[in-house]
Amino acid sequence: MSNETEAPAPRRRLFVLLPLLVFLGLAGLFLSQLLSGRDTSEIPSALIGLPAPQTSLPPLEGMNLPGLESKSFAGRVTLVNVFASWCAPCREEHPVLLGLSQDKRFTLAALNYKDQPENARRFLGELGNPYQAIGVDPAGRAAIDWGVYGVPETFVVGKDGKIAYKHVGPLTPDSVRALLLPQIEKALSAPG
Amino acid sequence: MKARFSVASLVLLLALFFAGAAQAVKPDEVLQDPALEARARALSGGLRCMVCQNQSIDESDADLARDLRILVRQRLVAGDTDRQVMDYIVSRYGEFVLLKPRFSLRNALLWGTPVLLLLAGGLFIVLSARSRRTVPDSALGAEEQAALDKMLSE
Repeated sequence: MSNETEAPAPRRRLFVLLPLLVFLGLAGLFLSQLLSGRDTSEIPSALIGLPAPQTSLPPLEGMNLPGLESKSFAGRVTLVNVFASWCAPCREEHPVLLGLSQDKRFTLAALNYKDQPENARRFLGELGNPYQAIGVDPAGRAAIDWGVYGVPETFVVGKDGKIAYKHVGPLTPDSVRALLLPQIEKALSAPG
Repeated sequence: MKARFSVASLVLLLALFFAGAAQAVKPDEVLQDPALEARARALSGGLRCMVCQNQSIDESDADLARDLRILVRQRLVAGDTDRQVMDYIVSRYGEFVLLKPRFSLRNALLWGTPVLLLLAGGLFIVLSARSRRTVPDSALGAEEQAALDKMLSE
């Protein structure tokens, strides 16, 4: 009997504290995730670092612009913006795209997702056209190839024709400065 | 009175019957071949709707879910195996699209954690049981034992 009372060994006291430590560790982990401001519904693209899907979409009629051709990605950084006239956040991000189109170091191309041509033309006529190429995807099948699940989405395609980055949701001046531009700069400075 | 009641119950029965049949899959999507359709239903039951994220594309009314249901069916009709269909969609949307993650090296920790925890718990129980056993049952010192012996012999 005397053994047990004499030695409430320090090791055992540590064991007693273990659940508390585990709890605090987990609570800290969850709190940091909660406060990180990360949108958990945003799924990173499975295509990052992979060649852009083979795409050959016809141009938007009446715009005198080429369609979306994945062959034309080679040798030049390309931004591919998925938009539709029926998509409210696209309207919201449009001024940001017009701003980006001032930068001539990269091509700004569009994938017009499940849209009526006349609605798309009206949308661009009303708000201005930032795009140098527009491919129409009325069935949304090319968008599935690109792993698109929410419009608008913006891809950065490098000179090597590989997808370097994807932004889900409307671009804002803040997200362009903090997220998109660094990726564009990286793609521009890459050899290729 | 009685006739009206039975009509009401008939209407209720019919309503319940058709409520059970309400589904996201539209009649125009259903394939002619029941075997292919069954495979399509099974596959789309395991694919996450990326828009709603907690529903399968088989249950979701989202446009993208409908497009993917049709894509799954077209690929099956074209002769793809189940695995090929799933591989294509995973290659586009990542493994998150699978409601049941695959068993692979990358997911080893995900699948292995419960087993590891169980083993750790078992080990803890075995070790603590063994350490308890090593505590001597009678902790009488030599003097105490001698005193006890003396008492007993008296």
